[in-house]
Amino acid sequence: MRLIQGNEACALGALEAGCRFYAGYPITPASEIMEWMARKLPALDGTFVQMEDEIASLAAVIGASWAGKKAMTATSGPGFSLMQEHVGYAAMTETPCVIVDSQRGGPSTGLPTLPSQGDVMQARWGTHGDHAVIVLTASSVLDTYVMTVKAFNLSETYRVPVVLLLDATISHMRENVELPELEIVERITEAEGGEDIFGNRAFFPFGVGPRKVVTGLAHDEKGKPETSRGQVGERLLKKALDRLYVDRDHIVSYKNYQAGDAKWLILSYGITSRPARAAVDKMREEGEKVGLIDLQTLWPFPDELVQSYSEKVEGILMPELNLGQLIMPAKAAIEGRAPVYPFNRADGKLFTPAEIIEAMREIMYNGKLDQTAILEQRRNGK
Amino acid sequence: MEPGAWSPLLMPKKGKSLERYLRMSQMPTLWCPGCGHGNIARGMLQAFDELHLNLDQTVVIGGIGCSGRTPFYSNTNAMHTTHGRALAFGTGIKMANPDLTVVATMGDGDTAAIGGNHFIHSCRRNIDITAIVFNNSIYGMTGGQFAPTTPQDKKSSTTVYGNIDEPFDIAELAMAAGASFVARTTTFDFQDTTELIKKGIQHHGFSVVEIITQCPTYYGKINKLGNAVDMLEYEKDMTFPEEDEPIDWKELSGQMPLGIFREEQRSEYTDRYRELRESQKSKTDVT
Ligand SMILES: Cc1ncc(C[n+]2csc(CCOP(=O)(O)OP(=O)(O)O)c2C)c(N)n1
Ligand code: SF4
Repeated sequence: MRLIQGNEACALGALEAGCRFYAGYPITPASEIMEWMARKLPALDGTFVQMEDEIASLAAVIGASWAGKKAMTATSGPGFSLMQEHVGYAAMTETPCVIVDSQRGGPSTGLPTLPSQGDVMQARWGTHGDHAVIVLTASSVLDTYVMTVKAFNLSETYRVPVVLLLDATISHMRENVELPELEIVERITEAEGGEDIFGNRAFFPFGVGPRKVVTGLAHDEKGKPETSRGQVGERLLKKALDRLYVDRDHIVSYKNYQAGDAKWLILSYGITSRPARAAVDKMREEGEKVGLIDLQTLWPFPDELVQSYSEKVEGILMPELNLGQLIMPAKAAIEGRAPVYPFNRADGKLFTPAEIIEAMREIMYNGKLDQTAILEQRRNGK
Repeated sequence: MEPGAWSPLLMPKKGKSLERYLRMSQMPTLWCPGCGHGNIARGMLQAFDELHLNLDQTVVIGGIGCSGRTPFYSNTNAMHTTHGRALAFGTGIKMANPDLTVVATMGDGDTAAIGGNHFIHSCRRNIDITAIVFNNSIYGMTGGQFAPTTPQDKKSSTTVYGNIDEPFDIAELAMAAGASFVARTTTFDFQDTTELIKKGIQHHGFSVVEIITQCPTYYGKINKLGNAVDMLEYEKDMTFPEEDEPIDWKELSGQMPLGIFREEQRSEYTDRYRELRESQKSKTDVT
C-alpha cells in the first residue's frame, strides 16, 4: 500500500505502460504529472522535453511516436484547447499517443484550481472534422493508474489518440493504493495490412520498414495525398471509426455499483461518481433501490450499456460538473425509454452526497427535479 | 505523366540525375513553372547525394505551404506536418531517436509568423536539425498575402497599397535566438544552395539555411518584377556577399548580406540530454 496523489498515479501508470517520451507545458492542475516524468524518465532511458507551448508539446509527442517511442503529454483546459490542431493531426495520421487533460473550470483561464467536467465534448469534438478518438476518465487515484495504462494499451491497439480526462480534485487528491499488475500492449508490428502505412493495425516508426510519408492531408494507405478524390480519405476515416465500433466492448469500461437490481439509476463519471457512490450507500441503507453506473469510457459512448439499463429503471439522474454535456449522447441512446434528469454545476464545487440524495428523492417521489432550487438553497446555507 | 510538367530544376538537362532521391510516385510537383522552390529541393537532394545520407534514416519534415510540400518529393522518410510547426514535430523525432537525420523545409510564413515561437526555441535549444527556410517574401500557397518577411512598401494581396509592416530578417532572428549555424544564399547562387545545405546538415547543432527564392506567380506579378529569370536578377541586385568586415545589421538599407554568418560549436540538445540520462542512471531509484 502506498499513499499517492492522482497525478503521481498517472505518471506511474504511464511509465508502467511503457511511456518513454513526455513533452509538455506547465499548467495547474496537471503540472505534477510532468514533474514526475521529468524526474523519472532519464534513468529509464526515456526522454522528457518541456516545450514552448501545448501546440508544440503534442507535435513533439506525435513526432516521438513516429520515432518509435510510446509518448504522452498532460495539460488542462487552456492547453487542451491549444492542442486541438494536433489531436486532429494524430487522428489523421493514425498516431498512437496519450493526452491527459486534468479539467479545471472554464472557459478560458476560468477557475484554475477548481475541478470541472467541462471538457467532455471538447475531448470528443474539439478538433475540426470527423475523426476517431477514445476518451477515458477515472474516479479514484487507483483508477487513474489503471486508466492511464488502459489509455496507452488502447492507443497502441487502435492507433488513435486517447484522451484521459482527470480533474483538479482527482489530480491532487491522495489515496492509499495497491498498484495492480496490468497487461501491457506492445506496439503492433504485424497485421493484415502488410506494409501499408495507414489503415493498418501495425505501426512502423521512421527507420523501420519502408520509408514513410506521413501527412495531415487526406491520403491513401501508402500516405499519398489524395485531395481531389475525397472518397479515399473518407475510406480511411471510416475504417478508423469502424475499428473502434466493432471492438467497443473491449474499449468500454465502467463500474457497476449496485445497479443490478436498481429501480433508479445514477449515471455519472469521474470525480462525480464519488459522492454518487456515497449517495447510493446511504439510500440503500434506507431501503431505496438506487444504483450507480460509473462510466470510465466516455467515447465511444457506451450506448448499448446505457440503453440496457434504461429499459430496467424508472428514472436516471445524471450529475455532471458542467452545464450538461454527456447527457446529450446519453439521451440519444436512451431514446425516451426512461426519464433522464440533468443535475449540473459549473461553479468549481463538487456535488455532495446529500445534494445527490435530495435530487434523487425529488425524482423518485415527485417525478421532477428543480436542480437550481437544490443547489441555491444549499449555497445560501438554508 | 508528361516530363514537361516536372519542375525542370528538379530534373535538369545537365548534371547528375537525382532520380534515386526523388519519390517518383509524387511527381509532378505542385510548384508553378519558374518557382524557386524546385531549385532549393534540387539543392537539398544533391546535398543528400554528396553526403551519402542513408535515406532510410533520414526524415524530411515540412510545414504547410508550397515549400512545405518538399518532403513528398524527397525519397526519404517524409513528414508533412502542420502550418508553422515542423520544428516542434522535429524536436520530438530527434529527441526520441537522435540517430535520425532531420531536415526541415519551411516557408518564410511558416518559419517567422505562425511558427515563430517554435523557430526561436529550436535555435535556443540548439537541437541538431537543419532548417531550410524557403524565403519568397510572400505566402505562396494561400494566394499571395504578405508575410513577416515582405519588405516595406511591397505589394501583396493584403497590402495592395504597400506594406506598412517592418519585416524580419530571418538570419538575424536566428542568430539572436541562438542558432549555432546560420547562412543565407539565393536561388540565383545554385552552387551555394547545395554547399550551404550540406554544411548545415554536417553541422552538429541547429542550422538555419535561409534561401531567398522567387515566387513569380504572386510576389513577382503583383510587384512587377518580371518572370522567373528577371526575379533571379532581382535577387542578385537585392543581395551582396558578406565581406570580411562584420556586418552592421542595423545599417542595412534594403540589401541583404549573403554568406555563412555563424558557425560555432556549442553543446547540442540531444547530447546534453544523453549526458543527463547517464548521470541519473546510477542515482535514481526507478519505481
Ligand atoms: C493553422 C493554419 N492557418 C492557416 C493556414 C493556411 N496556410 C497554408 S500555407 C500558408 C502560408 C504559406 O506561406 P509560406 O509559409 O511563406 O510558404 P510558401 O507557400 O510561400 O512556400 C497559410 C497561411 C493553415 N494551413 N493552417
Ligand atoms: S505560388 Fe509561388 S511559391 Fe507557390 S509554387 Fe507557385 S511560384 Fe512557387
